[in-house]
Amino acid sequence: MPQMSIAEALRQAIREEMRRDERVFCIGEDIGVKGGFGGAFTVTQGLSEEFGHERILDTPISETAIAGVAIGAAMAGMRPIADVQYGDFLFCMMDQLANQAAKMRYMSGGQVSVPLVMRAPVGATSRGAQHAQSLEAFFTHIPGLKVVAPATAYDAKGLLKSAVRDENPVLVFEHKLLYGSKGARAERGALSPVGEVPEEEYLVPIGKGIVRREGKDVTIVAKLLMLYRALAAAEKLAEAGIEAEVIDPRTLVPLDKELILASVRKTGRLVIVEEDNLTGGWAAEIAAIAADEAFDYLDAPIKRVSAPDVPPPFAPVLEREYVPDEGEIIEAVRALF
Amino acid sequence: MPVNDAQTPTSPALDAERLKGLYRTMFLIRRFEERVNELYMEGRIPSTLHLYIGQEAVATGVCAALNQDDYAFSTHRPHGHALAKGVAPRAIMAELFAKATGCCKAKGGSMHVGDVSVGMFPAIAIVGANVPIAAGAALAFKMQKSQRVAVSFSGDGAANEGAWHEGLNVASIWSLPVVFVCENNLYAASTPYSLTFRVENVADRAPAYGIPGVVVDGNDVLAVYEVAKAAVARARKGGGPTLIECKTYRQCGHSRSDPRTYRSREEEAAWRERDPIPNFRKWLLAQGICDPKGIEEIEKGVEQAITEAIAFAESSPDPQPADLYANVFKE
Repeated sequence: MPQMSIAEALRQAIREEMRRDERVFCIGEDIGVKGGFGGAFTVTQGLSEEFGHERILDTPISETAIAGVAIGAAMAGMRPIADVQYGDFLFCMMDQLANQAAKMRYMSGGQVSVPLVMRAPVGATSRGAQHAQSLEAFFTHIPGLKVVAPATAYDAKGLLKSAVRDENPVLVFEHKLLYGSKGARAERGALSPVGEVPEEEYLVPIGKGIVRREGKDVTIVAKLLMLYRALAAAEKLAEAGIEAEVIDPRTLVPLDKELILASVRKTGRLVIVEEDNLTGGWAAEIAAIAADEAFDYLDAPIKRVSAPDVPPPFAPVLEREYVPDEGEIIEAVRALF
Repeated sequence: MPVNDAQTPTSPALDAERLKGLYRTMFLIRRFEERVNELYMEGRIPSTLHLYIGQEAVATGVCAALNQDDYAFSTHRPHGHALAKGVAPRAIMAELFAKATGCCKAKGGSMHVGDVSVGMFPAIAIVGANVPIAAGAALAFKMQKSQRVAVSFSGDGAANEGAWHEGLNVASIWSLPVVFVCENNLYAASTPYSLTFRVENVADRAPAYGIPGVVVDGNDVLAVYEVAKAAVARARKGGGPTLIECKTYRQCGHSRSDPRTYRSREEEAAWRERDPIPNFRKWLLAQGICDPKGIEEIEKGVEQAITEAIAFAESSPDPQPADLYANVFKE
């Protein structure tokens, strides 16, 4: 089976969907310029050679226009795959995402739909506070948006293809340290997980999580980069006799709640790991669901391992303090026993 | 590119039936809103209202230049655009009454009326936000190689939103089939035009995007129609967008709670002299296109249609509690 990076898997997903359906097109900054970057992390590199500049549409630095144009085109029968260079720039287009894309179907009484894909890289990579945030939680709070966060090449391809075919706006969050981008766009300190991606067509359904490691003693829920840190922590914990079950939700909206609850009912302990800030976060939501629906099964308090309530810092030494690591996860788990 | 001042055409390219149709549409918008205002004052419909009274010639003239499958994108003040684009009065009325039979099944209300089947997009109530969205619909039309055109209606206030500038720019660089109609009614809510612009006309900004900017008397339905027709034809032929500024006046307040203490009664009286509806009625009579009896028939028909719309709305069912959960996502 072919091995590929997440950037390659995403590129292949886009290529396949564009070949399959002429309504699909890409829109964003620096995505198809000859001699350019192929997007901030090389995902669209080479695609304009096959599909031309009308379907790999380079925009001005106008995030509101990227979102607004993609929404208008989606409502008029196209299937745009839009992207921002850094997830932080989603805030520039927040009206279009939160007030327009998310609400158009509802406000119109079901007359219109917005089959839009918006890709956004997240995660701290020593770029300071405006190119580093993990923003998934903001968007899980807005009814009308679907949110996915693939952590493997297999899921990146399968989820992006599902997102393109979905009738609703789907935000696809990708982690900068997981792309495996090559050349000048490679990230220092990247994990670059390379994974098996089948040659035959497949989709990963939106709304289905997956158990990445089975265990009976504690449930750890983690996504994107934090999934890898949780898996590393689980290996160390196993050496100490604690078997952690690690769950990758893959989709945040709609959430595969039952997968998490079933695991919590089995293990009786829950730790949620995320790179986002603690307060009002996604981990808090998962904790609340478990407290509501699996309280009787819990043998210990629910623990959140999140970034502290400060903006992402620049200095690498501070960034290491900011982003949750293996040690913090181990510590949180051990405190439950 | 220079800013043009369009003149009222002396020999419009419309036959008598279409000219009477323009009068009917303007009169329908006016009376529809006057009746809606009464119903609101009586407490029979909820929410707030942003009335279009005084601006009817803009929606009517522009929509007369469109085909049914062209898309119109509107604002928080959308009743006039919706009626002019052909949305059934009863469907709008039922929406205002928050009834399940409303054009948006009571999920939109006054600020979001629309009916995609006649090319009227459910209106977008965030100022300026429809500008890039209309450009996006136009991009779709271009990619689909269709001859359709998108129109974005917005007010003078919208021209100071970032979305407006980004939308005009991309529409220009990609030569999209879209027409931007700025209804300059001189006030962004209570703030006068002069406090927020250093240019005399909103259309003066068009050259900055490399597109034509046209200033037209927004209270003259034929003048509006002529410039809209030219802009729509240009867009259909692949010539790209046009910015049309219609100089007009909102005779009512910004919304229901507005006592209009920021402008003089003299100014209002002067603009009432330029009311588009009696002036066009006079013109139709003077040209012999319609006699007083013909006008009376049109007006009677409109009154009946509105009365019927109100009866339909009042007798319609409320939404069911379960409808709260419908249409968040498309399955």
